Amino acid sequence: MTKLRVRFTFPDNLVPRPVIWELSQTFKVVTNIRRAEVQENTGWVILELTGEEVEIQTGLEWVRTTGVEVELVSGDVLEG
Amino acid sequence: MGYLTGLRCRSCGRDYPAVPLNACDLCFGPLETTYDYKAISKVLTRKRIQNGPLTIWRYQDLLPADGTDPIDLSTGFTPLIKARNLGRLLGLNELYLKNDAVNPSYSFKDRVVSVAATKAREFEFDTLACASTGNLGGSVAAHAARAGMASYIFFPADLEHGKMVGAAVYKPTLVAVNGSYDQVNRLCSELADSYPWAFVNINMRPYYSEGSKTLGYEVAEQLGWKAPNHCIIPAASGSLYTKIWKGFHELASLDLIPPVHTEMHLTQPAGCSPIATAHEEGLDQVRPIKPDTLAKSLAIGNPADGFYALQVIQASKGTATIVPEEEIAEGIEYLAQTEGIFTETAGGVAVSALRRLVQRGVIKADETTVLYVTGNGLKTVEVVQSVVHPLNISPTMTSFQQSIKSE
Repeated sequence: MTKLRVRFTFPDNLVPRPVIWELSQTFKVVTNIRRAEVQENTGWVILELTGEEVEIQTGLEWVRTTGVEVELVSGDVLEG
Repeated sequence: MGYLTGLRCRSCGRDYPAVPLNACDLCFGPLETTYDYKAISKVLTRKRIQNGPLTIWRYQDLLPADGTDPIDLSTGFTPLIKARNLGRLLGLNELYLKNDAVNPSYSFKDRVVSVAATKAREFEFDTLACASTGNLGGSVAAHAARAGMASYIFFPADLEHGKMVGAAVYKPTLVAVNGSYDQVNRLCSELADSYPWAFVNINMRPYYSEGSKTLGYEVAEQLGWKAPNHCIIPAASGSLYTKIWKGFHELASLDLIPPVHTEMHLTQPAGCSPIATAHEEGLDQVRPIKPDTLAKSLAIGNPADGFYALQVIQASKGTATIVPEEEIAEGIEYLAQTEGIFTETAGGVAVSALRRLVQRGVIKADETTVLYVTGNGLKTVEVVQSVVHPLNISPTMTSFQQSIKSE
């Protein structure tokens, strides 16, 4: 099992869509929300995903196709 | 003995003991070191600092590692030079350059790595690690060599060969990752959870980033114990920028300098400007981007401290400047040709930002202004290749004289 800490950023047209619920229904991924802020025209959610590596990866690829931006919570660790 | 008391989550305020950890278990917010400032105020004086070594460790009371036997290559206390020529050209009478290009591995990264390495040894790690495309890898490998520790440096496999030499010479284990930038990032984040190593900018990050405060302390001390009116600082993760600000404020809260009124000017290249763009758009969060810039040392598209950098811009009444890519090399050449200092691309960004700030009237002639030169130009010679056009002559006096005449 792999755990991954990610941040989803929602553009305004996707704020109403239950993307996290869809992710957990479509892929074998446990979604655990830790922090979030949702405003009228944007929103972000920090969550931990638990599951098999391949499930998490294909799940995140699907999330990206919806238009939600996916980033690591830790920020970029590859420095110049 | 040190005055570190532990770690605190910058998001939810939860306290932790001083352990190798960079994110809050509860909310995943970033952790920051906490100190016993009351105890520090009882011992720390200007004189105590001045009697310390001519390195960053003269400020050990304000660093999160015990400075009695630091892993140190003699980093810090780099020159603060009055830039008379550049100042005259720009109409600034009090312009200074903080030249961190002369650190042991030729960039400011030695400051953060010296603190992280020293703390890693206190935690009894025997291996240092990082993911890097240049400056950081070289510094980590150098400190590991000095400390007799093993080191692992991860980098994208398509990195130019020359960039690897600056790390390889210290004999770390170099790991070339066949994958995209995002994949390298992701892999290294995961590795830090699985291997008992001190990843300097991951599990050691709360300690590591504190090393940057010394760039605030030194400038204040070198200016005669006062903070400047303006700082111009190139930004990647935003950490250096926020820590210089923190450094000034710590000195002021300990009555070592007068109250701080420094306007903090952040600058980023057009090809990677997530923090400056968020500021321009009035956002309080940074939207990550894919970097595409000549300034590789600033190519962080998802800056860990972006949110906090935006707060410092506001709190200090500072600015954020986006420098067009074509002005990076211009900035490097301008500084070299006016002040004799050869900076890498991040310094080129800072110099071009300074010119823009002066044009906009943000900086006045007699205001004390410090421009941070964070790395050495020999690291990025490819960016200024076009400056090379020698006189080509035969090995005779006549040929030389003809060539000089037609010049």
